[in-house]
Amino acid sequence: MSRIEVPMPQMGESIAEGTVSRWLKQPGDAIERDEPILEISTDKVDAEIPAPSAGVLSQVLVAEGETVEVGTVVAFIDAGAGASANSDGAAATGPPLETQDEESAAPSVPAAQSEASPPSEDRSADPAARHPQSDAEDAEPVCTATSEERLRTRSTPVVRRIAGEAGVDLARVPGTGHLGRVTKQDILAFIDKGGDAPPAPATSAPSLQSAAPSPPVAPGAPAPAPAPASASTPLPASPPPAPGDDDLWDRFHGQVVHPAFPVRDGDQVEAMSKVRRLTAEHMVLAKRIAPHVHSVIEIDFAAVDRLRRTNKARWAEQGARVSYTAFVAWACSRLLRDFPTINGTVSGNNIVHRGNVSIGLAVDLNPGLIVPVVRDTDHLGLVGIAKKIADLAERARSRQLAPAEIQGATFTITNPGVLGTVVGMPVIPKGTSAILGTGSIDKRVAVLADPDTGEDYLAVRKRSYFSLGYDHRLVDGADSARFLSRLKALLEEFPEDA
Amino acid sequence: MGAPTWAGRTLAVRYPGRLGYEDGVALQSRLVERRRLDRVPDTLVLLEHPHVVTVGSSGRPEHVLISPAELAARGIGLHRAPRGGDVTYHGPGQLVGYPVLDLKPDRKDLHAYLRSLERVVVAALRAFDLEGERDPSGTGVWVDGAKVAAIGIRVSSGWITSHGFALNADVDLDYFAAIVPCGISDRSVTSLSRLLGRHVSTAEVAPPLVSAMRAEFGYGSVDDPGGANSM
Repeated sequence: MSRIEVPMPQMGESIAEGTVSRWLKQPGDAIERDEPILEISTDKVDAEIPAPSAGVLSQVLVAEGETVEVGTVVAFIDAGAGASANSDGAAATGPPLETQDEESAAPSVPAAQSEASPPSEDRSADPAARHPQSDAEDAEPVCTATSEERLRTRSTPVVRRIAGEAGVDLARVPGTGHLGRVTKQDILAFIDKGGDAPPAPATSAPSLQSAAPSPPVAPGAPAPAPAPASASTPLPASPPPAPGDDDLWDRFHGQVVHPAFPVRDGDQVEAMSKVRRLTAEHMVLAKRIAPHVHSVIEIDFAAVDRLRRTNKARWAEQGARVSYTAFVAWACSRLLRDFPTINGTVSGNNIVHRGNVSIGLAVDLNPGLIVPVVRDTDHLGLVGIAKKIADLAERARSRQLAPAEIQGATFTITNPGVLGTVVGMPVIPKGTSAILGTGSIDKRVAVLADPDTGEDYLAVRKRSYFSLGYDHRLVDGADSARFLSRLKALLEEFPEDA
Repeated sequence: MGAPTWAGRTLAVRYPGRLGYEDGVALQSRLVERRRLDRVPDTLVLLEHPHVVTVGSSGRPEHVLISPAELAARGIGLHRAPRGGDVTYHGPGQLVGYPVLDLKPDRKDLHAYLRSLERVVVAALRAFDLEGERDPSGTGVWVDGAKVAAIGIRVSSGWITSHGFALNADVDLDYFAAIVPCGISDRSVTSLSRLLGRHVSTAEVAPPLVSAMRAEFGYGSVDDPGGANSM
C-alpha cells in the first residue's frame, strides 16, 4: 500500500497560492485516477484538481475556504495495494497539473513591498538578480521536495504559522503525524517543552530556517549535521519508486539548502529578509542550472554622449531624462529581435523563443534589489523607454510596483558600473538565457587612427566594458560575440531618430 | 522551432445562438468531457445569454446590488457560476465566448491563458480601430478606462478550459447598474456601440474574435461554419 500526496498544484507562473473552494470527494470515498477530487480557485480562475492516483481519499488536510501555497499537501490518497498502486505513485508526486516549489513562484509581490529603499540612480549596483519570477518552464522539473522534507515543511499552514511565530525550525520537531508529519499537537508540545534545544552544531539562526517554507534538512544534503529530531523521525517510507537518478536530479535542480556555520563570540545573527531569502534561492538555482559563460566587449560612448548633450533640453521639455541605461535598453531591445536564443530560454527539452522583448532592469534597493520589467521594450522609443525606466525605478524604491511589473522579463540589464566597478559577471535570471552587465563609463586613453592619414594617435574617450552572461546550453560563444559586436556598433553609431 | 504543436490543431467554432445560462454551463461541461476524450477539437463557443447576473467563485454577494426578488421582477436571472472571478452580467448584445481548449502540453499556465484571452479581445477590438488595454491590477479589457470585456475561466479534467470572456457589443449598459462588475466599483463599463456611436451587433464582432483566437494560439486551421450570421 502506498500513500499518495495531493499537493496544491502549480497553475501558472505567477500563481503562488490557491484557495480550496470545494472538496468534491470526502475522506473514505473511492476515487479513480484523474477523477476530480477538489476545486480550487485563484482570482479569475477556478480549477478542478484530478486525483493523481486511484485509491481511497484517506485524509483531507486543508479545509474549504483555506488558502495555501502551491506545493502544500492538501490531501492523501491511499493507493490500492500492489504493484499498480506503486506505479501510480511514481507518476503521481503531483497530479497531471505539475506542482512547483512555491518559493520560486511566490516571491515577487512581497519582495516589492518589503524592503527599504534609497539610492539615487536608475541603474543598479548589484550583479543582477531578477526576482525569482518563475516561468512556465519551471513547472516541469518540479516535484523537487523529497518526501521527508515535504512531510516536515509541508505541514499544515497552522503548524507552520505556529512554528514561524515561535521561531521554531520545523525540521527539529519530532512528528507523530502521518509519516512523521508534524501535527499541531507536536508543535505545541515542542514549544511547551522549551522548544528549540540547540542542535548539534551551533546552528546560527533557527528562525531563519523556519521562516523558509521550503525545506531545510534534506537527506544526504551537506548540512552540517542532521538535526537530532530528524533522527527520531521514522525514515519516511521513501516516496514510492523512482529512487534512481531522476530523483537525484530533481533534488539537485530544485532544492536549495544553505549550510549553517558556527556563530562566534561577538557575532550578530539576523534572519534573512524575504527579499534576501528569495534572492539567495534564485541565485543558487540560476547558477546551478545554467552553465554560465561571460563575454566582455568595450564600447565607446562618444556618439551616445553627443546625442545626450544635443537633445538634453528637448528631452527635458518632454519631461524625460534619458540615461545611459535607456540607450542601452533601446539598443538591446532592437537587437534581441534578431537573437531569438538570447531572448529565449531552455525549458525542459525544448527551447522557448519568447514572443516579445521585455527587458528587466536591476534596481538597487540598498539593501536588496528588484528587477522591474519594461514590457515590450522594442515597441517603445528611446524617450518612452527612459520615462518607463524612471517610473519603474522610482516606484521600485517606494515599493509601489504591481506584481506584474516584475515578471515576464525576457532579458535583463544590470549596471554594476554605477558605483564605479569596471566590469561585472552577473548571474542569469532563471527562465531567461542572458543578462547584460554594464561597467562604469570612464575616460580612457584610446588609440585611434586618423581617418585621413591612417596614422595612430592617442585620444581621451569615454568607454565602458559590457559583459554578457549567457546560458551555454542555448547560447554559444559566437552568438554572444555577434550580439555584443552589434550592440557595440549600434551604440557607437547611435541613430539620431531613436 | 517556436510553438511546437498548435499549428497542427484545429479550432472549431460553434454558434448555439441565444442560450440560457444554465444551458450554457451544461453545454460546456459536455464539451469539456468530449474534449478530454479527444472526440472534439479545441472549440470556441460563441453565444449570447438572456439577462442574467452570475457570481463567480470569488464573488461577493454585496456586489449584486439589488435583491434576488427585484432581479427576478426585472427578468434578470441570478446564478452561481462555476468559474473564477466576481460578479458579472450577461445579456442580449453581449458576445460571450467560451473557449474549450486543451492547454496541454505547452500552455499550462492559467495566468498566461488569461493574458492570451485579453490579447484576443484586444486584437478583435483593433478591427474596430479601438485600442483595448489590459490592466495590470485586474483581468479584463478596458477602452479609455471603461471595461468592455470581462474574463473568468475554469479549468477541469486536467487542463481543459471553459468559461471565458464576455465582450459588450451592443449591451444595454443600464443592466450593469445591478452589479459591481468584477468587484471593481470605481470603473465604468462600456460597449462597442457606445464607443463607436453606432449599432455593433454580436455577429459583427464574432469574425474578428475568431481570427484573433487563431492568431493568438497559432491554430493551423479553423472550422468555422460561418455561423456568425446565426447569432
